[in-house]
Amino acid sequence: MNLQEKLSQSFKDLGSRLNGSESKSLRELRSRSFDYFKGQGFPTNQDEEWKYTSLNKIVKRDFDFSSQVSSEILAEDIEPFLCEGLDSYKLIFINGVFNKSLSMLGSNEKFFVGSLKQGMKEMPDIINTHFGKLADTKQSLVALNTAMANEGAFVYVKKGVKLDKLVQILFVNTNHEESRMMQTRNLFVLEDFAEAQIFERHQAFNQGHVFSNSVTESSVGNQAHFKHFKLQNDLDSSSMVDSTFVKQGANSSALVDTFAFSGELVRNNLHFEFTGMHAEAHMDAITLLKGKSLVDHHTFVDHAVPHCQSNQLYKGIYDEKSKGVFNGKVMVRKNAQKTNAFQQNNNLLLSDFSSIDTKPQLEIFADDVACSHGCTIGQLDEEALFYMQTRGIPLKEARAFLMFAFAGDTLKNITIPELKTQLINLVARELKVDLELNEVIT
Amino acid sequence: MTEEDKILQEVTTTDYKYGFVTDIDSDTINKGLNEDVIRLISMKKNEPDWLLEWRLDAFRKFQKMTEPEWANVTYDKPDLQSISYYSAPKPKKTLESLDEVDPELLKTFEKLGISLEEQKRLTGVAVDIVVDSVSVATSFKEKLGELGIIFCSISEAIQEHPELVKKYIGSVVPKTDNFYAALNSAVFTDGSFCYIPKGTRCPMELSTYFRINQAGTGQFERTLLIADEGSYVSYLEGCTAPSRDENQLHAAVVELIALDNAEIKYSTVQNWYPGNKEGKGGVFNFVTKRGICHKSAKISWTQVETGSAVTWKYPSCILKGDNSIGEFFSVAVTNNYQQADTGTKMIHVGKNTKSTIISKGISAGKSNGNYRGLVKIMKGAENARNFSQCDSLLMGDQCGSHTFPYIEVKNKSARIEHEATTSKIGEDQLFYCNQRGIGTDEAIGLIVNGYCKDVLNQLPMEFAVEAQKLLSLSLEGSVG
Repeated sequence: MNLQEKLSQSFKDLGSRLNGSESKSLRELRSRSFDYFKGQGFPTNQDEEWKYTSLNKIVKRDFDFSSQVSSEILAEDIEPFLCEGLDSYKLIFINGVFNKSLSMLGSNEKFFVGSLKQGMKEMPDIINTHFGKLADTKQSLVALNTAMANEGAFVYVKKGVKLDKLVQILFVNTNHEESRMMQTRNLFVLEDFAEAQIFERHQAFNQGHVFSNSVTESSVGNQAHFKHFKLQNDLDSSSMVDSTFVKQGANSSALVDTFAFSGELVRNNLHFEFTGMHAEAHMDAITLLKGKSLVDHHTFVDHAVPHCQSNQLYKGIYDEKSKGVFNGKVMVRKNAQKTNAFQQNNNLLLSDFSSIDTKPQLEIFADDVACSHGCTIGQLDEEALFYMQTRGIPLKEARAFLMFAFAGDTLKNITIPELKTQLINLVARELKVDLELNEVIT
Repeated sequence: MTEEDKILQEVTTTDYKYGFVTDIDSDTINKGLNEDVIRLISMKKNEPDWLLEWRLDAFRKFQKMTEPEWANVTYDKPDLQSISYYSAPKPKKTLESLDEVDPELLKTFEKLGISLEEQKRLTGVAVDIVVDSVSVATSFKEKLGELGIIFCSISEAIQEHPELVKKYIGSVVPKTDNFYAALNSAVFTDGSFCYIPKGTRCPMELSTYFRINQAGTGQFERTLLIADEGSYVSYLEGCTAPSRDENQLHAAVVELIALDNAEIKYSTVQNWYPGNKEGKGGVFNFVTKRGICHKSAKISWTQVETGSAVTWKYPSCILKGDNSIGEFFSVAVTNNYQQADTGTKMIHVGKNTKSTIISKGISAGKSNGNYRGLVKIMKGAENARNFSQCDSLLMGDQCGSHTFPYIEVKNKSARIEHEATTSKIGEDQLFYCNQRGIGTDEAIGLIVNGYCKDVLNQLPMEFAVEAQKLLSLSLEGSVG
């Protein structure tokens, strides 16, 4: 049985397991989505959007769909993967199942932080209004997720409320031998004037292959402010396709900041759209790869409303046999006058075996706009390296500092000090930068 | 209506000025595409067997190919069976001087402002005129002959220099490269051939004027240009086509070969009939242009594209030799319902190879302009360098501009810079000009000219004038 047949079987099982417990509209959405996936299958290199990234090897694996034996995970096991020293809400999922005892929930009349399943029970109206409304039904993997996913994080913040703490979401996988496919689904709803920050991470504990097909829908109301940090530092046996859809109201701001450090294959699809004027979207990412990792960033910003702004800053450093892909697309529709759209992609290649394919695209139908993209691929500045060496900094350190500075731009939008420190430390560790020495110099 | 709107209104309603039909007796074979037609073309042109085999092979492979759909253009696909693949003005006798050329034909050129005698006497440009498919007049041939330069029609070259043609034809653009290149390989009727011997600097600009003339005739030109070691040549190509209601297909193939230390400069001014302002008619321009640079060679493409209903064209450079250089300078203007999907490919294979891409797009009316480019750094291309800049200017709110740059890098020593901007003419710039007593009309002209200057500067003198003329024709009312 190939993966697609197994998924069909699994979809049937899911239907009988749920046994009509979900609303009729949701059931219909699921079966419609699954039919679409069945018709389309997994994307191949023949699709322009998947030209440089092949799922072929992954989907050929023998995935195991039998229900997993839940393994004993203790609080200290997961601690290293969370932001330390920070009072926060925690949502922990073990093998796709929500683990209440390890989590730190928050729920009152102002907001709700919990799992999607809980949300379906406790506030079905909100779920029905937002679930599946943003996700593109014409992408086969998103359709597959819509059909099969029934667990993930759910954060709901009411009008005018500022969520007091960071929400940390951790998806843990513990499979040893067999290959597992995960369908996780997050829903974040911020009403007008609300504020929230989220930190998301997927982590495997053992060397079994994991293929996560994750979809996130974020609905950001008028004048609301939303930040979403993603840390992708999984084992090299794990791969992930992450599709994130963000809809922003007037005067709102949203940030998706991605830190991609490893993984067999990581594909990030970011989709931004605006419903009101003067909204601001920011996409930052830093990719530091080694080994045979492949990270593919696809962004799509749809400017259909005037006076909006989007900023993309993608930095990448590629070593050993790693491969990077960037495909940024900005669409400015006919009425979206006064749009400001910027896109920047800078890359460093460190090894003869690393490669980068980049394609920054602009599609513009309005005349009164300022749109630009810039893309560079190069090496470290020889003169800067020389200067540092004349000042007694060894070449190795000098290189590390320059790379650290190169990558550092993408950290500027992080406002939570503990989170920033942790991410800086991570970047420094990846680049082998001695932060103490750095401080002495600067 | 503001001043600016008026100008845009004028721009978008201007008719094509070069539309006229010349009545010349033509020798046209029946419409349709099959092996017999290819045999007939080959026979009429008295071609050697290897070329017929080559054509037939291309045709057989062509039949297995499908028309590409990836370009961001929409059009009704031309019916390849309803095209006549051979049309030549009936040869009355061998022509030795201009007096013998069909007077009707000469009139056509006069209307286009290309007086052969003028060109011969004043500008020193050797003109190999191609009307439809067969060249009827070649000038300055003897003068070039003294230097050993061969500049003739490709059919002549097939007869007289078969060894050169056989060696290089299809070596840069393989016959199965793409759908239209394969079609061209199967049915090409004529085109230009040029060979510059070792160490020779061609003393004049070589130029060919193309015109599509015969109604319902597809034109399949084949240009082959070989610059031998250490030589230099500047080649100009320009075209205007008469007004027609049915779409005409133009699928040319241009192959450039720059051997060690050679330099080729290839300039194009393209002004095929773009269709009327409702978007009806117009030429389909599906061209494959590619050059290969050997050691320390240089190929420079310059193009000013103002015509055609649909343009689908990517002049490319394969930088095979170490230290070779590729350049691409382009101005693409689209107006009314025109669509252009154009750009370049720079394939870096050799060490220390350099490439520069400057692309300026101007979209007006209801047109769509696309830049689609590829910069590819292969694994062995140490210290490759690329700089790309693609800017788009939008005039009016009903046009579109799109940028699709592909950058693929497999070598760590590569340095690539790519930047693109899209904007309209700044109100502050216009205001400044107005305030200095320059009318909005002239100001737009000034700004557009300045915007395209980087590219227009690359054109040889004679062409720069014509290019500016075409720019102002295409954007009439907005270019001073």
